[in-house]
Amino acid sequence: MTGQLVRLAETDRAPVAFRLDGRDMTGLQGDTVLTAILTGADSLRPAEFGPERRAGFCLMGACQDCWIWAEDGVRLRACSTPLAPGMRLLSEAPDGWPA
Amino acid sequence: MTRVLVVGAGPAGIRAAERLVRAGLRPIVVDEGARAGGQIYRRPPEGFSRPPEKLYGSEAGKARALHAVFDAMVASGQVDHRPQASVHAIRDGVAHVGAQRIAHDRLILATGATDRLVPVEGWQRAGVFTLGAAQIALKAQGVAIGRRIVLAGSGPLLTLVATQLLAAGAGVAAVLDTATLAQQAGGGGGMALARPAVTARGLAMRARLGRLYHAGVRLDRIAEDAVHWRDAKGQAQVTPCDAVALGWHLRAETQLADLAGARFAWSDTWAQWLPVADPMGRAGPGLYLAGDGLRILGADSAETAGALAANACLNDLGTATPDTPRLLRRARRMHRFAAAMAQAFPWPGVPLDALPDTAVLCRCEGITVGQMRAAADHGGAEANRVKSLGRIGMGRCQGRYCQLAAADLIARHAGLAPQAVGRLRGQPPARPVPIDALLED
Ligand code: FES
Repeated sequence: MTGQLVRLAETDRAPVAFRLDGRDMTGLQGDTVLTAILTGADSLRPAEFGPERRAGFCLMGACQDCWIWAEDGVRLRACSTPLAPGMRLLSEAPDGWPA
Repeated sequence: MTRVLVVGAGPAGIRAAERLVRAGLRPIVVDEGARAGGQIYRRPPEGFSRPPEKLYGSEAGKARALHAVFDAMVASGQVDHRPQASVHAIRDGVAHVGAQRIAHDRLILATGATDRLVPVEGWQRAGVFTLGAAQIALKAQGVAIGRRIVLAGSGPLLTLVATQLLAAGAGVAAVLDTATLAQQAGGGGGMALARPAVTARGLAMRARLGRLYHAGVRLDRIAEDAVHWRDAKGQAQVTPCDAVALGWHLRAETQLADLAGARFAWSDTWAQWLPVADPMGRAGPGLYLAGDGLRILGADSAETAGALAANACLNDLGTATPDTPRLLRRARRMHRFAAAMAQAFPWPGVPLDALPDTAVLCRCEGITVGQMRAAADHGGAEANRVKSLGRIGMGRCQGRYCQLAAADLIARHAGLAPQAVGRLRGQPPARPVPIDALLED
């Protein structure tokens, strides 16, 4: 699957495995969660107030467009969270969680 | 010892902290970044290998110097550095940082700026980013925001980011500048007088863009796989793309200054409400502002402003600072350059009138231009009233990306000047925080 983001440099870092919505994915050490997801997928999450999907906007922690979830219910800002090995992520709030 | 809190570790915050340390103080520096540098001199995470020359081009020496000064102060324990931390409220001399409370006697805010945005129909789509985001993706992560990128807006970042993307091997489909060549020529003379070398560098970059660059453009809409626009002659154009970066110069990040009690005044030059401060950055008792969070003057000027704000703080504590007159002279020259630049790349107010009612104004909550116009019809042309009626400026970005356009739209809708509709007041939290961080309040 092609991603929204394209790697142009610094590609010889160690791979880091993680899961998004139950699917196995791979990022690189030093990636943010946003980079890791969007180099393999074209968006992060559905929009809450419209039909479109969202993929972050500012990448500097100011717009809050990139909030996704961990399977244990913790909400995280994908553009400013470093990727860690074995992360289990969800593009939508786990069942029963208020958005 | 006097407790001085510095918020922000970009060029202004670093130079402020350096002065305080030299005067024997041990400031606390709270910064959202993992490593000091701010947005313009942002550093990639550990393990990345591109040297500063690759990341910052002609500004590599400045970046190196700032990083080295700050890292040395942290290593020797001369500053108390709190990285990856956001101040979300300031009250009675106490800053709230998550669940932490930081009491302080003096406060230096060097909070920087974010991109200034104008809504474009379709800008809520995935794959639309800010110009700043395109630059951060490239510098801090080594990625391009897409395979065929359209950069649109106006201001120094537009040309800079386009040039950086091309140099890194990214696919740039078009660079669409909403400023006309006449506007740019009008401001360009003043820029060249104040800072000839910097102006020449900007023109050389522009030349490198060649036929990708179009001036005097009007953006119609961002579709699924293309940007629809009009060239300077009014001809309809379509540029296929899979990513868009938007930005119209910068917007000062002033929420914390607001919470800390700064007064604000409308600035025609920068077309935004800005905090009021004296030439050294004093904005209230024990409150000092520096860098782009006070005036959009850029990184070089931010270093000077950071030094001046620290000098003001030290003077108020009874310490003399003999180099203040020299710094003030430099600050005045920087100010002339930046004011001319703001004139060269102005806020593109007029196209707002053409925005259809269906266009999204607030990206956070999908509120449309039509809903906002209806709220203004119903409640009157006052920013805070429209906010409570229409939720404009209440989304998760706290109005950062819609409030300037919203105020201008309300004003245009009512036939008023933008400053006549008032200023959206800042409210904590300045960043969303987990609820348990607020519980003890
Ligand atoms: S993309 Fe804006 S906060 Fe993450």
